[in-house]
Amino acid sequence: MIVLEKRPQPSRAWSLMTPVVAVVITMIAGGLLFAALGKNPAEAIGTIFWEPLFGEYAFFYRPQLLVKGAPLVLIAIGLSLGFRAGIWNIGAEGQYIVGAICGAGAGLAFYPMESVFIFPLMVLAGALGGWCWAMIPALLKVKFGTNEILVSLMLVYVAEQLLASVSLGLLKNPQGFGFPGSRNLQSYESAFNAELIEGSGMHWGVVAAFIAVILSYVLLNKHILGFNIRLTGEAPRAARFGGVNPTRLILFCLGMSGMLAGLAGMFEASGPAGQISIDFNVGYGFTAIIVAFLGRLHPVGILLAGLLMALTYIGGEIAQSNLGLPAAAIQVFQGMLLFFLLALDLLTNFRIRFAAKGAA
Amino acid sequence: MTGTLLSIQGLTKAYPGVVANDTVSFDIQEGEVHALLGENGAGKSTLVKMIYGLVKPDTGRMVWKGQEFAPPEPRAARASGVAMVFQHFSLFDALNVAENVALGMENPPQMRDLASRIREVSENYGLPLDPYRTVGDLSAGERQRVEIIRCLLQDPKLLIMDEPTSVLTPQEVDILFKTLRKLQSEGTAILYISHKLEEIRALCDHATILRLGKNVGTCTPAETTARDMAEMMVGDTLQTPTRTAAEGGEVILDVSGLSLMPSNPFGTPLKNIHFTVRAGEILGLGGVAGNGQDELLAALSGEALTPSDAVKVKGNAIGHLGPNQRRDIGVLAAPEERLGHAAAPNMSLVENALLTGAARKNLTSNGFVNWKDTTSFAEDIIKAFDVRTPGSDRAARSLSGGNLQKFVIGREVMQNPEVLVVNQPTWGVDAAAAASIRQSLLDLAAKGAAIICISQDLDELMEISDRFGALNEGRLSAIRPAAGLTIDEIGLMMGGAHDMEVSHA
Repeated sequence: MIVLEKRPQPSRAWSLMTPVVAVVITMIAGGLLFAALGKNPAEAIGTIFWEPLFGEYAFFYRPQLLVKGAPLVLIAIGLSLGFRAGIWNIGAEGQYIVGAICGAGAGLAFYPMESVFIFPLMVLAGALGGWCWAMIPALLKVKFGTNEILVSLMLVYVAEQLLASVSLGLLKNPQGFGFPGSRNLQSYESAFNAELIEGSGMHWGVVAAFIAVILSYVLLNKHILGFNIRLTGEAPRAARFGGVNPTRLILFCLGMSGMLAGLAGMFEASGPAGQISIDFNVGYGFTAIIVAFLGRLHPVGILLAGLLMALTYIGGEIAQSNLGLPAAAIQVFQGMLLFFLLALDLLTNFRIRFAAKGAA
Repeated sequence: MTGTLLSIQGLTKAYPGVVANDTVSFDIQEGEVHALLGENGAGKSTLVKMIYGLVKPDTGRMVWKGQEFAPPEPRAARASGVAMVFQHFSLFDALNVAENVALGMENPPQMRDLASRIREVSENYGLPLDPYRTVGDLSAGERQRVEIIRCLLQDPKLLIMDEPTSVLTPQEVDILFKTLRKLQSEGTAILYISHKLEEIRALCDHATILRLGKNVGTCTPAETTARDMAEMMVGDTLQTPTRTAAEGGEVILDVSGLSLMPSNPFGTPLKNIHFTVRAGEILGLGGVAGNGQDELLAALSGEALTPSDAVKVKGNAIGHLGPNQRRDIGVLAAPEERLGHAAAPNMSLVENALLTGAARKNLTSNGFVNWKDTTSFAEDIIKAFDVRTPGSDRAARSLSGGNLQKFVIGREVMQNPEVLVVNQPTWGVDAAAAASIRQSLLDLAAKGAAIICISQDLDELMEISDRFGALNEGRLSAIRPAAGLTIDEIGLMMGGAHDMEVSHA
């Protein structure tokens, strides 16, 4: 018989081990899944995890790791602040879209003027756009007690409609032969979020992601505000007793996560994507939720988790094209990762004891 | 009626790092009231959990009426005739009495039949209870009746009661004792866990005393003095707190016309409360749980805001200030619930020291936490208040109740408050720790602080307070000097027995 026993103290070793073990179990279960689909499991797993880093075309895939990882890390860092305090922003995808629209819109408003101030202005506009979009659920929550999970999630669909509308209207490229989508910012120098080092994948969004990781680490570990965030998540009543103002905390956490998601959207629109189009968003805002938990809501963990998730994205695409694995199988694979992680989470606070049935 | 009902033989149960029970043996006779005495952490709870099938012993055995007894789960124990009333009620506020009782049954009968059974049993045992009342509206004493009746419906041979009187007024205690004696006369054995020695002397036939998991002795309570029992429990001579009567200086805290709606639907509204506390004075506030204690603490700590004039400190209105602003001017508090309110369970003692110490101990600059100072503050508390823990990095939940309480009280006392509000400062704390906590409150008062001690332990209040008042349904009785108050007078101040008379059916 298996018995769960609560640990007197959360295990540090296990909280570090669980993500690693979860990845290993995911590989095994994923391998079984791929085998059931008639593929060689070792080859499939190898393609996903090995090929992008050390394969023949790694020079092409490695920069992609940063390009795909940066928005995930940036968004997940923001989300983790709220998640730690028990404030659930599920609508980062929407904030990401609105940030992209505002950022790109700010740039396009000056087209074709060239100035060094345009890009910083776009950064501000993107951050502000995401922040505003997140303020909607935040204000509704503090004023009327609405559920931020539902409101922020539903606003994703509103944002998607908004995206479609501006792609076809306000921001549509006048020289685009009627195709939906904005001008390509990659060919507008002042607004282009270009690679800082040629061929490295390093653009301003990657820099922003690293800065966010560092600042969030400092905030959570050295600053009273970070302490209050953790305290509120651990024991809301104790936080109230400790003088934490819940209203301010909700506004801060939702605002911050919206801002970072908006920034991610803006850097994506002005860099790798290059334009605002109907299918601009690819789900970074939702995947970032997985990344945040995979990284144990810890800044450094999130950085690693974001890169791992980017790896499965890239590796998954290679596996799709090389081995003919269905896209859904890759999504299941990613889902397994979160599933096993959350399941293994138990071991941080509980220990498993195997006891013979009926024994004293 | 004289056979051995349950014989406990050499039970041992060890948890990682601690032996909760070490070869404990004793017998419970049929139809006797057997007291289980011991400090917190002595292993009483573990022992009864083994009898109730919640915990399995490592070694040792139990014999129930001559048969081997090893219940794998509470259901099996109940089937044999063991019933237990826990210290913390497991009741749903939003359901009525009958529904709550039905939830605990394996095959609940029709609600109408159950309701009439409840009414019948409750009147039979002098615990009248309306099966259709919502539990959220019941007093603590009435809730306990629900739990007791839930047990009585099973027709138990052995009824285990864990600290049953901690939530009752003196009059309610009398009613409970009558019920227990009636049960005893019908042949039901009762295992009665308590640390209130006078009660045990009044009620119990035999007592088994546990200390650090070991059975350190048995006695016949009626023939043993309370002091002797306490010393067996503690294993040492007991230090009684010493009170040097204070003259009372200027009025520090002035509460006038304080009314407050509770933040949760089952809270108690405070109604027009007036009192003052002088420097160097301890005001004891008694009352049965759930009569506005939590709300009063919240209104004084700043967790609940009131019109600014309702609470004044040295003439300055502070009702509108939040907790940290009040800490800045020296108004500190220690709530009743240690885990989750006074302290964050999963956070370290250092982080918990920061929880209330940040403002007054200057532990932050520009918002950045000075972890070095915070750690030394936490370690000062641990040292000064003899908190037993391997280190200040331990999670609050890993400490025993008494040690955490010492930490919580110490954290506030070490900040030199002008006004300190404590709620149940020694609840669930062993006798030695309780004495040291009380002494620290007395010392603080001697230094000129105004102290409000909210408690349900009347002995404690009589021991340390200068003046006494009682909360009843959110109202505060007149405040009277504590010296010379009789138990009857106190009971009346607490609102009598809440209309709970013994029925003479």
